This record gives sequence, structure tokens and C-alpha cells, in this order.
Amino acid sequence: MIEVKDVSFTYVNGVEALRGVSLTIRDGEFVAIMGQNGAGKTTLVKHFNGLLKPTRGEILVDGVNTRKVSVATLARKVGFVFQNPDHQLFCETVEDEVAFALRNFGFEEKTIKKRVAWALNLLDLTEYRETSPFMLSGGERKRVALASVLAWNPKVVILDEPTIGQDQKQKERLRQFIIQLTAQQKTVIIVTHDVEFVAECNPHVVLMAQGEIVAEGGAKQMLTNPDLVTKASIVPPQITQIFLELADLGLPTDLIDIHEAREALLNFLGVNS
Amino acid sequence: MSVFDGLRFRMVSSPIHRLDPRAKFFFVCVMFVIAVLFNQLLPLIVLFLIQMPLVFVAGVQREWIRSLRGALFLAVMIFVINFVFAYLSPGGIQGIEPPVDTLPEYLMLFENSFALTLRFVVLIESFSVFFLTTSPDHLGLALEQSHVPYEFCFAFTTAVRFVPVLAEEAQTIMDAQKARGLELERGNFIKRIRNYIPILIPLIVNAIRRSLELAETMESRAWGATEKRTNLYVLRLKKPDYVLVMMSILMLVLAVYVRLFLPVPPLVVILQI
Amino acid sequence: MAVIETKGLTYTYPSGKKRTLEDVSITIEKGEFVVLTGPSGCGKTTLCRCFNGLVPHFYGGKLEGDISVTGLRVSEHSIHELARHVGLVFQNPENQLFALFVEKDVAFGLENLGVPRDEIRKRVDWALQTTGIENLRERAPHELSGGQQQRVAIACVLAMQPDVMVLDEPTSFLDPSGAQKIFEVISELNKEMGITVVLVEHRLDLASRYSNHVLVMNEGRVVLDGEPREVFNSETARLIGVGVPKATRLSQVLEESGVDLGRVPVTSGEASHILKEVLRRD
Repeated sequence: MIEVKDVSFTYVNGVEALRGVSLTIRDGEFVAIMGQNGAGKTTLVKHFNGLLKPTRGEILVDGVNTRKVSVATLARKVGFVFQNPDHQLFCETVEDEVAFALRNFGFEEKTIKKRVAWALNLLDLTEYRETSPFMLSGGERKRVALASVLAWNPKVVILDEPTIGQDQKQKERLRQFIIQLTAQQKTVIIVTHDVEFVAECNPHVVLMAQGEIVAEGGAKQMLTNPDLVTKASIVPPQITQIFLELADLGLPTDLIDIHEAREALLNFLGVNS
Repeated sequence: MSVFDGLRFRMVSSPIHRLDPRAKFFFVCVMFVIAVLFNQLLPLIVLFLIQMPLVFVAGVQREWIRSLRGALFLAVMIFVINFVFAYLSPGGIQGIEPPVDTLPEYLMLFENSFALTLRFVVLIESFSVFFLTTSPDHLGLALEQSHVPYEFCFAFTTAVRFVPVLAEEAQTIMDAQKARGLELERGNFIKRIRNYIPILIPLIVNAIRRSLELAETMESRAWGATEKRTNLYVLRLKKPDYVLVMMSILMLVLAVYVRLFLPVPPLVVILQI
Repeated sequence: MAVIETKGLTYTYPSGKKRTLEDVSITIEKGEFVVLTGPSGCGKTTLCRCFNGLVPHFYGGKLEGDISVTGLRVSEHSIHELARHVGLVFQNPENQLFALFVEKDVAFGLENLGVPRDEIRKRVDWALQTTGIENLRERAPHELSGGQQQRVAIACVLAMQPDVMVLDEPTSFLDPSGAQKIFEVISELNKEMGITVVLVEHRLDLASRYSNHVLVMNEGRVVLDGEPREVFNSETARLIGVGVPKATRLSQVLEESGVDLGRVPVTSGEASHILKEVLRRD
């Protein structure tokens, strides 16, 4: 469980990135933190594995104050996948890359072998184990970065802007993968401004703007509320946009999914005919 | 990050900032030459004080003091080395008959070492005045108009432009690796240096990738289309610039005259200690 | 009049074993707003690089077939000659600005071309104004947000007064409001100034509103080429994993359930309009 208690954070250059943020993320929850660039999303999640320590307030990860332990200790529990895989890949082979963290954490060689094989298989990378990560395509590099974090089996997985530059198929693959992680009782936290992706995943949504939490709740409740969406400077999903226009016909406006939309329209037509 | 903060340029405006970099550079060169001409304390003190008003008019006292503080270690070294060596073989220093054993002789030795240290400080002072009051952009422009090949000027300004970007990138990479359990402070000396490999490799790879993209952009904007490149800005020497240049010339002439025809007595003698 | 025309364009990078472009034959007319899309690695970026001669002049490799842009055969003209006619805006805004002040960056291309100073001043002012960033004139690039940086990059290209502007995923690093602004600027350049636009984009929901010509690539080939409506509605688009706008998808799933809307919507605005008509009629 991650408890954020009235946390404020100011960067050395004086920029106040978080202002009195309180939030609780329960075990096994799937959370999307949304908002404009500069709203404080990434700053907030960098507190979860101790990369940043709050200027005021405190953060407890499973009851442990993040101020009191090292990043390496917290990282065992909280895995963080950065937005750009090129900010972390450096090994000669994909296999070494995935083993890097395991070696840092002092796993035994035998365990490392097993875990690397497991992670590579999970992300469909086994055929590249001997390949240099720099030879892979962008999408594949992203998967290597993900595998290198999942290898140590952290309880919480944070994904920073996982959909940036990804095409539809890659996004769908990512969505399936997240479902798989949540099925294993992992806490998954994504930082994103990709409304369509969130609409397809249906997580718990935290809306942020200017270093504060504007609102939190179910994806449907958050993304279909025009006021909240405007406050967080995002746009409603396309399906919602369509139905907000149809409100005066008496159709529901709280729709984000295409199949719900079809049902609603068929119902409406059925009633009328 | 604070290391890099000093390298960031700021848009400040003052009469000193507005001076033509070429005029300022001429002034700095004159200061340099005069400082080398003398090894007596008195003229060096004058040289040191003469530049103070520039610092205050430009309003860069804080930065200036910081740069002097940066030079402190070297200054102390210069002082100690000079003192020790002059003590061991004091021949050639005015008014000392080896071995050094009387108080006036000690004072003389002290003054001599102090003068040589002050010479170094004066050099640092004038260069820091120049760099603290000249935006890199102006400097690049001055280089360009002094018929330095454009490629060099371009490389210079672009390098300055990317200092903050690379600093930020280095921080992100460090965070990404720490999130994978890398502990920079762990292990003995050799191990600590090795700890930086996972940071250096992505940093270099990204810099290469970045420069390729920059090259692509330059090509797309007609880089090298014509030998006769034009420029949006042009530097023109104005009245204050001519004043500065004239003053510098006068100072130089005066200094050369004093050096050739007027013996400068040591301060110890003037004050009759 | 065709602004860009390719016939049987085939290309292999010097290091590549596989062909990145395979028999690409397309025609882009003057004033069109073209959206170029397709899964990652399909050759979109490479095709863009052909438009101003980066391929083959900068990258080398083997280019076969024919390509001419504003009547100039790319293989016979250098990149800087083509740069007067074709402007390229890339994905990462950060790597497109190299001066210390915005204004200086916008002037860069014109300086390279040796345009007289007065003319540079005029065109820089004009480009800044047109892209709505006059207030950023004296700012340093690292002080700007990604969206602002990308608008500066567009102004840089615009100042050179190109006939065609090619933008390679210009919004992928931006948030929705930043992206929206970019789209508005591009569409204005297209509508008001008649600049032909080629936009590479994954997020078709936002881009399709402005487009009148869509090209879909897959594995180096152009597999679909036509009006947005007809392209998005095709089975091929969905199968190769193009992010078909939800408005179009909705009309498709409705049709599967036996409801024919009569027209295929491309944007959410269109969809709600058509739905209103259909629902009122029933």
C-alpha cells in the first residue's frame, strides 16, 4: 500500500511541483495518473521509489517512510519503468540488461538465470537474448526496459508515459500485458495523458493539475465529466465526445467504451421503434 | 545540477552587458598583458581595483565572488609554492640577501609571493568579468564577425545550448539506473568508478543519436547552401565601445612607460616597514 | 497540379538488408492535407526523408524509381535546393532548435540561404506571428514547453516559405492541449496559405478532422491511398493495426448490428451529427 500524506515538493530551482497531495493506492490496484505536462505526475511517482523525497509531508510504502530507506531498498518493492528506454539500456546483450538489476540486488546466479529467462519469455524477447539492445526497434527496446524491471518481480510497477510513440498494435499489446500484471495481484501505476488508452483500460483515475490532485475516481466517472476534464487540461475520449453532443436526445453521457456505446444506441433505437 | 547552473547563461542587461564583446575582449587582453608586465604588488593591486566598478555596474557581484572562490584553492597553491621556493633560493628578489632571516626579508618574501598570487587572481577576475557579462550568443556572433569559420561558431553556441539539456538527461539516466538498484556510492574506489558505466553509456549513445537528428535538421534548413551566409544580428561598435578601447590603449601605454622608465618600489619600502 | 509524385520508389538503407520502401507510387496534389500513417517501422519516416532529399543525399543507400517534388527530381537536386520548397518538422522538438534564442533559430534557414538581413527580419517576424509565438521571441529553447518548442520548429520551417510542409509525428511527445495547438497551426497554414501538408500521425482521431487525403503504409508499401472516409472504413486499415478513429469504428459496429447510418463519420463531431439525424428520424 502506498500512502501519500499531504506531500509538497519544491525543486532546487524553486519550482513548486507538488502542493499538498494526499492519495492512497491499495495493493493490487490499477491506477492512471493523468494531467497536462508539468502537472506534477512524474514528480509524484518519483516519490514512490524514493528518487525524490518530499519537501513537506510524508510517503509510506507498506508502512515504511520513504525518507528512512534507500532507493535501492524501495526499488525492490516498487519497479519504475522510465518513459524513454534509451535512458537505461547500456549492456552488450538483452540478457545482461535484464540481469543488471538482479545483480545489483545481490540475487544468486542460479536465480538470476531463472528470472531472466522468465522475464524474457513474458515479454516475448527470448529470441533476442544474445542481441545487443541497441540493435532492436523502438518498440522492442521498450519491452526490454520493461523486462529489466519486471525481472525482480516488484510488487508495484510504475510505467511513465508507456504509450508515447506507440502504434495501435503496440498499445493493445501493452494493455493485455497490464491486465496480466493486475491478474497477478500487482499494483500497476501508469502516468499518462493518453485518454483513449485509459478509456480502453478502465483503471482508477487520478487527475492532476498544477501540482494538485483535482479529483480521483473510476475512469468513467472522471473522463466523462466535462468540468474535471477541462480542469486537468485533457480532452474526453472520442466516444464521450460523441455522446456529450447527443445528451439532449436523452442518451447517457457517461460512456467511454465503443461496445457500451453500441448497446446504448441499440437500446435507444429499440425503445423508439 | 548545481554544478551546471553556473554554466547557464542569463539574459541580463547592463551597460557592461551591452558593450561589444570584441571591445571587452580587447580590454581583457590589455589587463592580461599589464598583469604579466609587473610582478610588484602595487600595480597589481591597482589592476585588481580598477576592474571592481565593472563588476558592480554589471550587477554580477554574486557570480563574480563565486568564480573567485572557485580559484581560491589554486591561488593558495600558487602562494605556498612561491613562498617555499623563494625561501629556498631567494636570489633575484629585490632587497633580500640570502639566507632569509630578518623580519623585513620575510615581509619582502611574503609580498613577492602575494604579488604573484594576485597576478593570477587579476587574470581570473578579468576573464570572469568578460564571461559573466557576455552572452554566449554575442560571443558566437563576435567570433563569426571576426572571421572565425562559421562551423566553429555554430559548434560553440550549439554546445552552450545543449548544456542544460544534457545535464537534465544525465539526471534522468541516473534516476533510471538507481531505480534498477544501482548504488553509485557503493564499493571501493575502482568499483565506484565502474558504477558510472551504466550512466555514461546511455549518455553517450543518446548524445550520438541526438547529433544525428540535429544534423538532419540542419540539412533540412539549407545548411551550407551558400558561401555568403547572412546574419539576423550584426555587431556594431558604438560610442561606449570606442571609449573602452581607447581607455584600454591608454592604460597599456601608461603601463609600458612605467615598466620601462619608472622603477616600482615594493610596498614594504613605500610604507617604510 | 502534383506537388509530390513518386513512381515505383524503392529504397534500401546502406546498412539494411531489407528494402525499407517497396514500389511506392503516390501523387500528392497542391494544397492537400495528407495524413500518412501505418504501424511503427512501416517506412513512413523514410518516405518523408525522400521528400527533401535526406534520402538518398544524406543517408546514402540505394534509391530506385522516380520521385519529383515541386517539379524537381530529388535525385538531381541537393538538399539545400529542395529545402526552399519542402520544410521538414521532426518528432523531437528538442533536437530541432540549436540557437540560444528563438528568433535566431527561426532565422537560421534564411541565413544559410544568404537572404539579406532586412528580408530575414521581415520573414522571421511574419513566421513568429503566424505561429502565434511572438511573445517567445527572446526566450531560450530550454525555457519552453515541448508544445512551444514544436511551434518554434514549425516557424523555423515556415520562415523559408516552403510549398510543402512535412511533419513527422510532431505531436507524439506533447500532451493533448499542446497537440491540439499544433494541429490548429498546421491546418491554418494549409487553409489560409495553401501550403501542402504531409502529416505523419498515429493519433488519427485528432488529425483526420483536417485531412482530405490519407495514405496508409505497411512493410514499406503504400497499401491504402484515398479519402479519409474510404480509407478508415476499409477492412485492411483495421487489420494492419491502424488506429481507426472511434467515430468510424462506432459506425462499423453499428452496421454489424444491422444499423446503417448511411454515411461513414470520421470525426466525433460528424458522428454525433449523423447520429442525431438517424435517431431523430426513427
